Parts: sequence; C-alpha cells; structure tokens
Amino acid sequence: MNFSPFSGIIRFVGLVLLQVLIFNRMNLFGLINPMVYILFLYWYPLKENRSGLLGWAFALGFVIDLFSDTMAMHTAACITAAFFRPAIMRFVFGINLEFQNFSLPNSTRVQQFTFLALLIGVHHLIFFTLEIFSLTNLLLILKRVLLTGVCTFIFSILLAALFSARKT
Amino acid sequence: MQRIINFILRNQSSLLYLILMIIALGLTIQNNAYHRSRYFNSANWLTGTVYGASFSMSNYFDLRAENDKLLEENRRLRLLLFNKDSIIPAPQDTTSLDYVISSARIIKNSFSEANNYLTIDKGTNDGVVQDMGVISTEGIVGIVERSSGNYASVQSVLNSKSIINAKIAGTEYFGSLTWNREDFRLVQLEDIPRQVPLEVGDVVVTGGMSSIFPENIPIGTIESFELGESQSFYSIDVRLFNDMTNLKPVYVIRNRNRPEILELQAAEDEF
Repeated sequence: MNFSPFSGIIRFVGLVLLQVLIFNRMNLFGLINPMVYILFLYWYPLKENRSGLLGWAFALGFVIDLFSDTMAMHTAACITAAFFRPAIMRFVFGINLEFQNFSLPNSTRVQQFTFLALLIGVHHLIFFTLEIFSLTNLLLILKRVLLTGVCTFIFSILLAALFSARKT
Repeated sequence: MQRIINFILRNQSSLLYLILMIIALGLTIQNNAYHRSRYFNSANWLTGTVYGASFSMSNYFDLRAENDKLLEENRRLRLLLFNKDSIIPAPQDTTSLDYVISSARIIKNSFSEANNYLTIDKGTNDGVVQDMGVISTEGIVGIVERSSGNYASVQSVLNSKSIINAKIAGTEYFGSLTWNREDFRLVQLEDIPRQVPLEVGDVVVTGGMSSIFPENIPIGTIESFELGESQSFYSIDVRLFNDMTNLKPVYVIRNRNRPEILELQAAEDEF
C-alpha cells in the first residue's frame, strides 16, 4: 500500500466528514455513536515511522473534537491508540512483520479483525474514561466501551470492506 | 551531550506521545472549567460553515413535522390571546420590554454524550451573546455559552455542568435542575424540601430566580420522586416536554435587565 501526504489528506478529510456528518448523528438506541474515524489508524501503512503517525492522530482527534464539542477527549484517545499501535501490531502479526513485502491486505482476516478490535478497544477505553471522568462509574464506563466498541467494530468492517485496497 | 541526544532520538515517539498527551489533557481540564476555551468549540468559522452547509440540505426533510409543531404553538398562543379578559392593549413601546426574543435554528444537535452542546445559526452579528436562554416551542433547551460572528454554541440542559433554577408550577418552591447523564428524556430537580406536597404528573417550570430565563417557561412533568440521602430534600425525576432528539426552530431570550441585576449582585458580594 503506498502512502503519500496527499492520499493521507483525502482519507483524513473523508473520515472527518463521515464521522461528524453521519456517524455523530446516528444515535443508535439513543446513546451509541460509532467512532469510525479510527479506521485512519487501521489503514495507515504498517511500516511508516511512529512520530508521523502520532502527528496525524493528534490532528485527526483535534478536528473531530472541534466538531463535537468534546475538547481533546478524541485527541487523547486517538494518540493513545496510535502510540500502542506498534505493540498491537507485534502482538497480532508477530513474525510476519519482518517480511519485506508484508502489508495489511495479505494478512489473514482473523489478524485484520483482531488488529482493528484492539485499536478500537484502546481508543474507546481512554475516550469514555475521560468523558465520564470518575471511577465510581466504572460500570457505566465499561458498558459504554463495550456497546459503542461493538458498533464501531461492525461499521468499521463494513466501511473497510467498501474501500479496501484490491487484494494482490 | 551525545548521550542525551541519543536518548532523545531513541525514544522520540514516546516523548512525542507524552508531549501531545499533556497538551490534550491540559485542554480537557481547561475545558471542564465553567466557561470553555474561547476558540475550541463548534461555534467557530470552520465547523459552523460545514454544519451550516449540511443543514441547508437536510433542512427540507422534516418541514411538515416542523410546521405542525409551529401551528400547534400558534393555536395555543391564540387561545390565550382570545380568552384574555381585557381587549387587546394599545401597541406597546417595544423598547421598554424586559425580554427580547429572537429566533434561530439548531444546526447541530447532540444528546448522547455526558456533556451535550448544540450549535445554532445566530451569533454576535444578530445580538446573541453568552448567557442568553434558549427555548423551543415546547420548553427549555439550554443556555448560550459561546458565540462567534454567525454561530453560537449552546450548553444543553442535558449537560452535567448545567444548573437551572426551576420550581413546581403554581407554587413558590424552587430547586435546581441538573442532569445525571443517564437518560436524555429525564432531568433531575434537586433541593425541594420534604414538606412540599408532590404528585407524579405535577408540572415543573423555570423559577424567577435566574436572570436568564423568564418565570414560568415549561420544563416537564414529575416522573417519580424520592427523599435523598439526607432525608430532608427530595430528588425528583422530571420528564422533559421537549423531545431533545428532534429540535430545529428555537427562540433565544435576552433579558434587558440582566446587566443591572448582575451589577447589583456583584456589589452585594463585595460586602
């Protein structure tokens, strides 16, 4: 998968608009807004450098925060997910990462799903902890992480399938 | 020196993460203060334009439902007007009215978060500034928190930071209206003393203690009530008249006497 700043910007703008104009208004069952912009971290090339990814993640979270009046909660969650991404990749893909031409489309489906699920897990845990901001509501936090996480996961998979790179 | 540089280079992403995280947490904490950061909210040029463009398209889909709501409100107001005892008074001098009302539309709604903010399409150019009340055809919506030239962000009643003076209709028992983040149809009325006779279904309206809302604007009906931990005050669940998930036209209320009231209160605080 080739990645240039240009395609990064297109992806960035597309995901932001998708998130704020459609998914932020979804309100499934009155309380669930899937956060599909996390796909940016999923699609980001596996072997690009980490600092660049952190910069992108910060900008992405910040813009989403501006639109949803949740100052810096998306930012914090997004950069944390970006920070743990290499560790998650090592856990999910293991030795495959060492191969020269290894990329996301030629990993197995189980690996892709686990990778996405773990990214979503880290992101949502930080996000809802900051949003609710007290440990007395631990149950509420876990409930929302689980419910929203499942929805985000389903919608992300559908979107990923829609826009996925051709299998080589 | 060489070692320090090497150390920084080796851990550059961790250090970058730490710096970015500190910025993010700083913004979050600053944002939790009473009045939010001046620039970072949805009432700025960029977000306002995007939401405005999206609104101008989606606007048409529920015109009929919106019209029905406005028609119903007109009917209610005409009913009051025609059943007034006296004949219609001579045209009043509108410059001497206490409250000035302007209309606006909600271009971004939100009700599923812990702190909900709405965005409306009027700003300082139309005289909308901080701490004005916002109501819909059915009941209260929130308080203006920030405004830019053409847009303003409104702190919804569904916000854990919102506190609004409210009372039981027809009495003078007042308390404060808050939200416990659990259900977007229910808000909580606190500090009503236990000797007050309550019934499920009683109407709750705004109290006259605030300089933001006029008295007697409907809020909702009592859904259930119980004595709080101290056994001396009720905590009451109030079912909102407003359907917070479906709001479009709203009214913004400006109290002309507010600066005077605030000045007086500030003078009291000094003693």
